[in-house]
Amino acid sequence: MPNITYVHPDGARETIDVPVGTSVMRGAILNNVDGIVAECGGEMMCATCHVYVEEAQLPLTPAQSDDEKSMLEFTASERKPTSRLSCQLVVTPEMDGLVVHLPETQV
Amino acid sequence: MGEPVVAIVGAGQGGFQAASSLRQEGFGGRVLLFGDEPGLPYQRPPLSKSYLAGDSGRDELWLRPEEFYRKQQIELVTGAPVAAIDRRGRCLRLANGDEIGFDRLVLATGARNRPLPVPGADLDGVLGLRTLADTDLLRQRLDNARDAVVIGAGFIGLEFAAVAGAAGAAVHIVELTPHPMGRVVSPAVSQFYAEAHRGWGSELLLGTGVARILGDNGRVTGVETGDGRLLPADFVLVCIGVVPNTELAAEAGLAVDNGIVIDEFLATSEPAISAIGDCANFPTRFAPVRVRLESVQNAVDQARGVAANIAGKPAPYDKVPWFWSDQGDLKLQIAGLAISCDRHVVRGDPESRSFSVFCYRGGRLVAVESVHRPADHIAARRLLMGDPRLSPDEAADESFDLRAHAARKPG
Repeated sequence: MPNITYVHPDGARETIDVPVGTSVMRGAILNNVDGIVAECGGEMMCATCHVYVEEAQLPLTPAQSDDEKSMLEFTASERKPTSRLSCQLVVTPEMDGLVVHLPETQV
Repeated sequence: MGEPVVAIVGAGQGGFQAASSLRQEGFGGRVLLFGDEPGLPYQRPPLSKSYLAGDSGRDELWLRPEEFYRKQQIELVTGAPVAAIDRRGRCLRLANGDEIGFDRLVLATGARNRPLPVPGADLDGVLGLRTLADTDLLRQRLDNARDAVVIGAGFIGLEFAAVAGAAGAAVHIVELTPHPMGRVVSPAVSQFYAEAHRGWGSELLLGTGVARILGDNGRVTGVETGDGRLLPADFVLVCIGVVPNTELAAEAGLAVDNGIVIDEFLATSEPAISAIGDCANFPTRFAPVRVRLESVQNAVDQARGVAANIAGKPAPYDKVPWFWSDQGDLKLQIAGLAISCDRHVVRGDPESRSFSVFCYRGGRLVAVESVHRPADHIAARRLLMGDPRLSPDEAADESFDLRAHAARKPG
């Protein structure tokens, strides 16, 4: 199962096995990783599952849809070039070792 | 003196969020969360969308895993209906006779489906859609259904109709008013969705009531409309709106009027008792009247508000309402409340299946409905937070940069 590492704003790291086909958001929710709210449940309505993908790993992640780009305008923490909605990061075998940084706040 | 106790009645999206936000706000007392359904608190929106369609599983419905409640020290008590509130004694009585004292009480009791008052409504195969158990039953029926009748063309009825049609059922939608979703969307969006559903193969019977539901040996076989048409049905979904669950509040002597009446700080007529979500009737600057809203956004934001209040950081509730509905391949997003609007301006071309309707009341933008226009929706949410100052001409002009306008500093 691919490993995904969630890095909290204070630098604490949590590494979780997330099944292929499950989103990075759901992986966090199911494993009690704090810092991802996901109030719409993955419908791209709320922008509260915002993460920053480790820059060098951006090519491992799927392309952004127009919907996601629009929703990223509404994040509570600063939008950066590495910003993604983690509900859209559906884990593939190639994403093993992915590191995502959690923002200061989601709401 | 013991530690302070917050009791939350209702373990839906609002109740869950209130408990969770209390801990995020640093509340250190006891948090008790009472739900009358069995199992972990879950999300309802997928019940009429991806979960119903079989695109997502049960594990994806849970708001949080069981361990979350232990770690956060949230005492989740499920399958335990609350029978009464002793307002003066600050105590809840459970159906099993147990009594639990509280310092603050949050009512997140939600709503229940409005029953259809016609003969035959109790036949086997006449179903509603509100709980996980409802959807599990509907999914089984859907597997073998040839003919489905949906009574009520609101969000849930139409979401279900799209899924049922895609699953191969012949779908009739019966709606008492001439306008699908007419209570909540503009005429243009209503009309667009009526045509979309016809395009997906459903037959819409608008301005049509139901006289009775027909059955054989206790099982539903069809629906007779008010104008005498007989529609075949293996099953019937009734979704004609909801009734807020206000009985506990009313019996405790709290003010109730289309929901539990709360003030801008989400407090009921008893300051120690708050109400949030589908069951709460509240004043808002987004409407000319008090409202009661049925949405994830409203439940979640009011839950955060009540948690902040209890944690000693009170602020008036003032969040922009927003909604969404997935029907077929169309995503409808709404920001604001389109109540008593006197002018509607369309941006984009409905023929292209990507457009927004800007709704004005007295010259002021109050709501924006977007079909496949997420950028418009996000701009609208930003605009409505402050003073929108968007003229109808600007709204209609696709060369006018909404995003830049929404990003400008307020003032």
